[in-house]
Amino acid sequence: MAETEVKLTPKDFKSDQEVRWCPGCGDHAILTAIQRALPELEIKKENFVFVSGIGCSSRLPYYVDTFGFHGIHGRGSAISSGVKIANTRLSVWQMTGDGDALAIGGNHFIHTIRRNVDINIVLFNNEIYGLTKGQYSPTSQKGAVTHTSPYGTVEAPFHPGELAIGAQGKFFARTIDNNIKLSTEIFIEAGKHEGTSVIEILQNCVIYNDKTHGYLTDKEYKDDRQIILRHGEPMIFGKERDKGLILDGLKLKVVKIGEDGITEDDILVHKANENNPGVHTMLANMRYPNYPVAMGVIRNVQAPSYEASLETQIEKVKTQSKIKKMDDLFNSGTVWEVK
Amino acid sequence: MDTKPRSIELEEVSIRFSGDSGDGMQLTGTLFSNTAALFGNDLSTFPDYPSEIRAPQGTVGGVSGFQVHVGHSQINTPGDYADVLVAMNPAALKANTKWIKTGGTIILDKDNFDEKGFLKAGYTDNPLKAEKLDKFNVIDAPITSLTKEAIKDLGLDNKSAVRTKNMFALGMVFYLFNRTLDYTFDFFEIKFKKRPLIIEANKRVLQAGFNYAETIEALTPVIKVKQAEIEKGKYRTLNGNVATAWGLLVASEKVGKEIFVGSYPITPATGILEELSLRKDLGVKSFQAEDEIAGICSAIGASFTGSLAVTTTSGPGLSLKSEAIGLAVMTELPLVIVNVQRGGPSTGLPTKTEQADLLQVLYGRSGECPVPVLAASTPSDCFNYAYEAAKIALEHMTPVILLTDGFLGNGSEPWKIPSMADMPEINPPLIPEGIENFQPYARNNKTLVRGWAIPGKKGLEHRVGGLEKDAITGSVSHDPLNHQKMVETREGKVNRIVKDVPDLEVEGNVSGELLIIGWGSTYGHLLTAFRELEAEGKKISLAHFRYIRPLPKNTRKVLSKFKKIVVCELNLGQFANYLRMNFQEFEFKQYNKIQGLPFTVIELKEHFIKLLEE
Repeated sequence: MAETEVKLTPKDFKSDQEVRWCPGCGDHAILTAIQRALPELEIKKENFVFVSGIGCSSRLPYYVDTFGFHGIHGRGSAISSGVKIANTRLSVWQMTGDGDALAIGGNHFIHTIRRNVDINIVLFNNEIYGLTKGQYSPTSQKGAVTHTSPYGTVEAPFHPGELAIGAQGKFFARTIDNNIKLSTEIFIEAGKHEGTSVIEILQNCVIYNDKTHGYLTDKEYKDDRQIILRHGEPMIFGKERDKGLILDGLKLKVVKIGEDGITEDDILVHKANENNPGVHTMLANMRYPNYPVAMGVIRNVQAPSYEASLETQIEKVKTQSKIKKMDDLFNSGTVWEVK
Repeated sequence: MDTKPRSIELEEVSIRFSGDSGDGMQLTGTLFSNTAALFGNDLSTFPDYPSEIRAPQGTVGGVSGFQVHVGHSQINTPGDYADVLVAMNPAALKANTKWIKTGGTIILDKDNFDEKGFLKAGYTDNPLKAEKLDKFNVIDAPITSLTKEAIKDLGLDNKSAVRTKNMFALGMVFYLFNRTLDYTFDFFEIKFKKRPLIIEANKRVLQAGFNYAETIEALTPVIKVKQAEIEKGKYRTLNGNVATAWGLLVASEKVGKEIFVGSYPITPATGILEELSLRKDLGVKSFQAEDEIAGICSAIGASFTGSLAVTTTSGPGLSLKSEAIGLAVMTELPLVIVNVQRGGPSTGLPTKTEQADLLQVLYGRSGECPVPVLAASTPSDCFNYAYEAAKIALEHMTPVILLTDGFLGNGSEPWKIPSMADMPEINPPLIPEGIENFQPYARNNKTLVRGWAIPGKKGLEHRVGGLEKDAITGSVSHDPLNHQKMVETREGKVNRIVKDVPDLEVEGNVSGELLIIGWGSTYGHLLTAFRELEAEGKKISLAHFRYIRPLPKNTRKVLSKFKKIVVCELNLGQFANYLRMNFQEFEFKQYNKIQGLPFTVIELKEHFIKLLEE
């Protein structure tokens, strides 16, 4: 239900602070998409809270004219959980990065998802530490050469979607910084979803990891290398819209429509609301060059949020308990009088 | 029975219940305490349990104890040495013999005093034959076998039957102290509501123990402790952790702000989280976080959102929270941090008491990071200082650390029930909606407190965070002079709380030979030692600190009136060093103990006499 009487505009969400990201940084586009999405939620401006940890992404709350909390490294999920649980009317947005959410904040990230606290976690994934100037992150590709891995990393990376869904995530979406239209669409859907929403944004760090997602943004190939998933629609992609995904045994398989007797009817239809996470996990894990990289809302399943369940429990206990105020508690149980 | 000619009256008596950690000694002790409290005795209790839930049976490491001190005058400590020891096995005897007064009574379960038991306890031969028990009055009762016998027709399995043996021992102690069994019977009815057979078994065993003691009455005189002379009013018993939770609950009701508690379970602080979690009926939002850091960070989020935010922990957990405490200082948000201290460093002695986190709470953070610190001095005092911590946090927009410890958290004493109407008002600096020219870091000139602008209020949108703030707008600022100004402002804000800190009180004369100084949970022991020496005519006084930062404004004046000053604390001298730093003109002597145990009155008195004679 709309709270706002007059629809707000993106301009209403621009703060007076100078935006200090590097010129050409993908964060600028993400900020634009957020400022476009917020008015569409028809929530009063004073009911938005933006929370963050530390890192380039975590600067974003300063640039949005809402209530904001720039926290400490990795703890954004814990801070935003407290904000949301304390006042369930607020729309809470957590800005984070691959280091903030998945390294130092990994524990908070998975537990927040498991509890299903209704916050929107926007994870800027540039596979590098930018603010500390170029060290590898938990999502850096194995072998990545960075300032702290001069001979290449020997670690396997986390895949945010797999981690979020593995932690019983109910909403996972992926977008890419330069697709502002898709990002805006996803933010609106995440904002409406009750429970933890995780949005991974493939973001370009122009200084320390430039074009790390270049293979996906290249105009020539992007339609062949990305698949934009929409609930209820067949999983078709390609410049000519002639490729699709089918389930082959226990695996997804890329097929060409019109070849080997494959018709559009054989192509898998995306069901974001399917409770079973099997296909969603496979979709989230698709990687170039064997597969197109999935964009859009991959998983969107309804389940009660933590804070709604907590409030229901509080109301129930309040109704049943004889203790309505402290004076009642003082005088409950074994009390004696000295005369 | 009151007319029994053989009964003697005592001023006060200490009883220690001791057995395996699975023997139900904590419950036995609690039932005795509650019965004594209902009778009108003043009392103080101290549970002493191992950190392992079920340490190897029969070993000294697995011994769980509960000491209760009851009397008809004011009782300030659980008692140094016990008059009566209940020892359910040889290990319990071995662990506790040194804590029994000469001439005291030892009740033991003869059935467990066999070769196997001696071996496990580490005795080389039968301790009952050793001469050293001659100085005690030993009652060796076949508790296990009599217990089984009393309920053999109920058809309980052996394990369930034997489990009730603690009630046999309790029955015997009730006889010794001339107490009725009514309260305990009622307790069974409620506790085992759906299990009538267990009610019957416990009742029978309790009665059997009582009857057995009566039958063998020749062994000891019945001991009576008269009712205490206590101020009129309604009373209940309360342990320190519950008292802490209640103090916070009262503050919440008074100020009209929901409590949000974000905590992670840790001994010995968990009781506070448990009690607050129980109080959903009073609207408490309890959040058992994934770790200590998430506990405090969620609380900081809730504080930003307008709740009375609380996080509870013990020393190692406080270490983990350090960075986030800095964030709360920087963002100037109200937050109550309770540290129920335990023996350290590291995992240390989780179930034992110590006061060695003082310097950590004062200074253990990055940067210049001032935080007010309070310390409760008795279990029921935890109520007052939890309330006070919440009041200071909310009115001065700052995190506040409340120090208690395992001794206070688990210890209990009768508590006079206050009325909500008697509690002082709490007035947080809330910023109203629609204020013109709102500046998030504008502050009150007198107190240096900034306003609390809560999300959901139109026109108050603003950003806070851990980066240094511009003194007015709250925007990020790296300006050197602004930083100095802000550091001094945060320091000044905490220092100005001194206006709300009551003067330090001196017990005894305000001048004299020796001033005893203490803080926190040592109060009961220091007070008892001081009173006994004062009664002996010694020129001695006691000043006990509850406000550590800021220190009461009359502190220097109090210190200047004594020839000698001794600071007594359960650490290596942290408060003494803090006082030295603040008052360089005085010489502070120290008396320290770091054994995971409270002081004893006897050792304190000996030391004070020595100091007076020096």
